[in-house]
Amino acid sequence: MDRSSSSLKFLGSWADSHTHRVRLALELKGLVFEYQEEDSVDPSPALLLHSPIYKKVPALLHDGRPVVESLVILQYIDETWTDNPIMPADPFERAIVRFWCHFADDKLGPAVGLVFSSVGEGQKAAVDQVHENLQLLERELREGAFKGRRFFGGDNIGLLDIVLGCGSYWLAVFEEVMEVKLVDPDTFPLFHAWLRDFEEQKEVKETIPPIDKLLEYARGIRQMMLSLSTDTTTTPTIGAPATGNTTSNNDAAVEEIGLLQESLVL
Amino acid sequence: MAEGENKGLVLLDFWVSPFGQRCRIALAEKGVEYEYREENLRDKSPLLLKSNPVHKKIPVLIHDGKPVCESLIIVQYIDEAWPDRAPLLPADSYARAQARFWADLVDKKMYESGTKLWKLKGEAQEEAKKEFIEILKLLEGELGDKKYFGGDTFGLVDIALVPFTAWFYSYEACANLSAEKEAPKLVPWVKRCRERESVSKSLPDPLKVYEFVCFLKKLCSWHVNGHLCRPEYIVGGFRHGRLTSFVG
Repeated sequence: MDRSSSSLKFLGSWADSHTHRVRLALELKGLVFEYQEEDSVDPSPALLLHSPIYKKVPALLHDGRPVVESLVILQYIDETWTDNPIMPADPFERAIVRFWCHFADDKLGPAVGLVFSSVGEGQKAAVDQVHENLQLLERELREGAFKGRRFFGGDNIGLLDIVLGCGSYWLAVFEEVMEVKLVDPDTFPLFHAWLRDFEEQKEVKETIPPIDKLLEYARGIRQMMLSLSTDTTTTPTIGAPATGNTTSNNDAAVEEIGLLQESLVL
Repeated sequence: MAEGENKGLVLLDFWVSPFGQRCRIALAEKGVEYEYREENLRDKSPLLLKSNPVHKKIPVLIHDGKPVCESLIIVQYIDEAWPDRAPLLPADSYARAQARFWADLVDKKMYESGTKLWKLKGEAQEEAKKEFIEILKLLEGELGDKKYFGGDTFGLVDIALVPFTAWFYSYEACANLSAEKEAPKLVPWVKRCRERESVSKSLPDPLKVYEFVCFLKKLCSWHVNGHLCRPEYIVGGFRHGRLTSFVG
């Protein structure tokens, strides 16, 4: 596909890990695109038009035609611009990549998000859950599907690296903001080494926002969240407004936090 | 283990699972022979636990000893492993993206929303009904006047959705929600899909599904306050006749 003649635009939010996934894939493919920043709680008419069902970033527009949902977008990019493939060719390996992408989105991401949104015993349980999930990945790197590889994609970054990597920076951010240990290099040596190598890649450095901006952002949300919670043992779920203890005056703010929290998961 | 023993296809499944049925339909569409193994979900086989150690769930397709998990991943695997016949995804990358989006939407919304219809009561059930109707209308809008969701060819989205049609009778009986009335444009599509041998052989009798739902409801009534109980812990007590092989 000719890179110069098609028009590519993508709508994203600067702190949203799914936005980073799309940006990184576009950069790795060497594609030229226009970017539009979206307010994560106040979607533009364009976003509502192109993502009418979920009303969320990222949304990719290729010659005006929208593609939404980051995993769908990534595969679309890979299948439309076939140089520098990010998916393996073998059907079984592709199935493995898809499985672990779902794991990142359905298990690891929400567990990491829960660390951020909970306190006390709830947070301790969330940290344990993150460790359990990381152990599964560590095992795959040590003796499973990804044994002996520098990246999940092999010698080069692939789709699963993009999915896991764009969001793993939150682990370091949450470690600092929450003062918890999530990725101990002694317990997860291979995952730790992979993350370090991933973050050293040129395109990754150009995609992921500076750590101090992410820290400031996370601290701000955490502060807002703690000041709204009337019960310190409440653990609101990611993306859903908290129920029960908050007053009706706080509902709108809680919803805002829920939307912001969603953008933080892996 | 002898060399020949790991060869071939085995599907670890549970008879009423719409997720398992997706795999059966896809295999039948491709005309591929496989061994069907019914799992007792209260007493999962060592093979299931070994093949899907992360989630310990069915369906799992084991191909020459290598396991593939999660129904839509399995369906795409089947499509890619047998590319020479009955394509389940379109050739065009934009159309493929649309298919994946809608299949993923069915995944995210149908099972949970449908489950609420028979599990909840009163106001909570009414809310669940509104939610379910919205989903049906979205799907109806996407289908439009097309023969199948992907156009003229039966494919991924049809396969993702059609197993849930075997639950429509249960939704009507439990929640007084007629999917046919709420989304009439889906009716000809359901009929068209059921005329395909791959679908008619893979989907259970809706009355049997209803019997199963009634059994689950009885067990769920032991859990209070409308909390969603997890069927995989309790379904082991309800078994269906075991199919030992299936040729599509």
